[in-house]
Amino acid sequence: MADTAVRTNRPAMGSWIYDPKVRAVVYQLVLVGIVASLIYEAATNALSAMARLRIPTTFDFWTQVSGFDINQTLIPYTHASTYGQAFWVGLCNTLLVGVLGIVLTTIVGFTVGIARLSTNWIVAKLALVYVETLRNVPLLLQLLFWYNAVLKPLPAPRQSFQLPGGIFLNNRGLVLPSPQFGAGSELIGFALLFGVAASIGLFVWAKRRQKRTGQQAPLVPLTLLLIVGLPLAIDLVLGHPVTFDIPQLKGFNFTGGKQVFPEFVALLLGLSVYTASFIAEIVRAGVQSVARGQSEAAQALGLAPGRIRSLVIVPQSLRVIIPPLTNQYLNLIKNSSLAVFIGYPDLVQVFAGTVLNQTGAAVQVMAITMAVYLVISLVTSSAMNLYNSRMARAER
Amino acid sequence: MKTALFASLVAAALSATVSVASAGTLDTVKQKGTLTCGVNPALAGFGIPDDKGNFTGLDVDFCHAVAAAVLGDATKVKYIALNATDRFTALQSSEIDLLARNSTWTSSRDSQGMLFGPVNFYDGQGFLVRKKLGVASAKDLNGAAVCVQQGTTTELNLADYFRTNGMKYDSVAFKGEDETLKAYESGRCDAFTTDSSGLYAERLRLVNPDDHIVLPEIISKEPLSPAVRQGDDQWFNIVRWTQYAMVTAEELGVTSKNVDEMMKSENPDIRRLLGVEGEAGKGLGLNGNWAYILLKQVGNYGEVFDRNVGDGSPLKIKRGLNALWSKGGLQYAPPIR
Repeated sequence: MADTAVRTNRPAMGSWIYDPKVRAVVYQLVLVGIVASLIYEAATNALSAMARLRIPTTFDFWTQVSGFDINQTLIPYTHASTYGQAFWVGLCNTLLVGVLGIVLTTIVGFTVGIARLSTNWIVAKLALVYVETLRNVPLLLQLLFWYNAVLKPLPAPRQSFQLPGGIFLNNRGLVLPSPQFGAGSELIGFALLFGVAASIGLFVWAKRRQKRTGQQAPLVPLTLLLIVGLPLAIDLVLGHPVTFDIPQLKGFNFTGGKQVFPEFVALLLGLSVYTASFIAEIVRAGVQSVARGQSEAAQALGLAPGRIRSLVIVPQSLRVIIPPLTNQYLNLIKNSSLAVFIGYPDLVQVFAGTVLNQTGAAVQVMAITMAVYLVISLVTSSAMNLYNSRMARAER
Repeated sequence: MKTALFASLVAAALSATVSVASAGTLDTVKQKGTLTCGVNPALAGFGIPDDKGNFTGLDVDFCHAVAAAVLGDATKVKYIALNATDRFTALQSSEIDLLARNSTWTSSRDSQGMLFGPVNFYDGQGFLVRKKLGVASAKDLNGAAVCVQQGTTTELNLADYFRTNGMKYDSVAFKGEDETLKAYESGRCDAFTTDSSGLYAERLRLVNPDDHIVLPEIISKEPLSPAVRQGDDQWFNIVRWTQYAMVTAEELGVTSKNVDEMMKSENPDIRRLLGVEGEAGKGLGLNGNWAYILLKQVGNYGEVFDRNVGDGSPLKIKRGLNALWSKGGLQYAPPIR
């Protein structure tokens, strides 16, 4: 009896051990366990080593007074602010360059990409030279070029170039008149918002009417009237509540007005024109991926060249363009950390540079910095993925 | 087969995570046979490569002195050139054994896992401006753009000074010494600020040094010291007494040239310094003749000062605060006995 029991049990045991599914699960669990224990050990080991060496392991520094100044800030900050506020200043500066850079590089990239395909020999070759030069020179060198070779040779403040409209250009940057909002200026803001909203409504109405009756409305003069004319009229009625603070040369530099620093301009220009050279090639590839038959068919239907481009070529090429374009946007944001070499106070320069050094909290500061770049990149790429899924060909 | 692989993986993982017991820095240095020293990449007089690529300077000679005391050979040093922002992390992470990079001793740095040794240069922060600006005092700098190296005490003193005097300024901060100076030279800033020893050194690197002047104000105390990691008392002692031995030797008139004759001296202070009498070296974990080798190969504090930053160098910095205590300065060493 016992014999048979053993015999019948054995195959059951064996099948459990030799069951590939069970084994796969067990292996996965073991692997997860090893990785988790490695991470845990590494973290506790690092913490105990840091404690032994008296390296700060907490985030107490966040609320301590920083004691250093930053020259370009979007949010209020002085040397009496905390390290935490310094972090936000750095983050805002990084985002500013990232957002403006993406807008600028998209404009330049699409322009150059279309120019690459131009039937005009000179335009096409100029675009080719642009792409091949800029994408084959390291970005850091280009940034140093813009900063040291283009912006620094500008004259000193006392010999500034004066541009029309109270704008001055010198080696401290661009000084612009800054608007001062007096009483009643919020009405002008409302008028501007109303104008924009009304224009959008007008567009929708005009489109519907065109579909129904085939008649076109005079859109351009009407929107101009709404967006520009209306706020100007209110400005006149109220007696110019918005004035401009014109910069004055006083002492070492201009006082008043708004200053755009050369570090910012160099970084923005460098990042944008470099990334644009890659975007141009992506755009070219996207446009060329649309089969020639498509535009020929559109021509045969009697569409005008402009409409062929906007209704047939662009929507189809965007499917090919968007995924690699996302990569370029991410590259631009991450490359903005090279700001540290030309003295622009971005996140890396302010937080991972000065704050890290001042507080000695290297591990915490680097972890926060890396997490921030990760979050910015993930947000950007999910926004682009959303756009992509709306643009993608509907599967039938 | 697969299970065996996993078993060995687990074993490897476990053995890797067993925390490595840290050997003392002295043993590590002896075992390696070289001292890894963090120095300034480009500051004349303190740490800068010469035309043959060898590092020279006051701080570099301090590395030489420690190597001579510990390894018996002043040349056994490996230099790691460090930016202001990277220097303390390099020390904390054991990338270097010793940081001799014109670093200011402050309380916050002492509480961030570092210990600063005796001051090897008493310094103070100043400003360099163009002569044609017509500025005679740092008090006239209201509204100026100031170029500064980030991650330094200089950056903090600058903020303090302008705040105290109720003046405004634009701080233009750069990571490296070179970038900072280049930005000043190209006109991006009205003034360049760093420790005054650095101002004299950097002024010589400008195209027309005579077009620039150092303003008279010294706005801070900058005691520059070599630093080590906390928690290794023996190593800290060696670094401390290396500097003290050099100062004591100057006090006693022992130089690299006469040290051999001095071995025969009857002066008990000299005999104890050179290890003829007493066991100063043994107490530190070094050879009895550590100070002899150090002085023979590197020289006393006065000699080192003179050839790097003093009259024997292009910088021609006066001894000032760095003279011996007996000559009106602050350099003072506790007795070796």
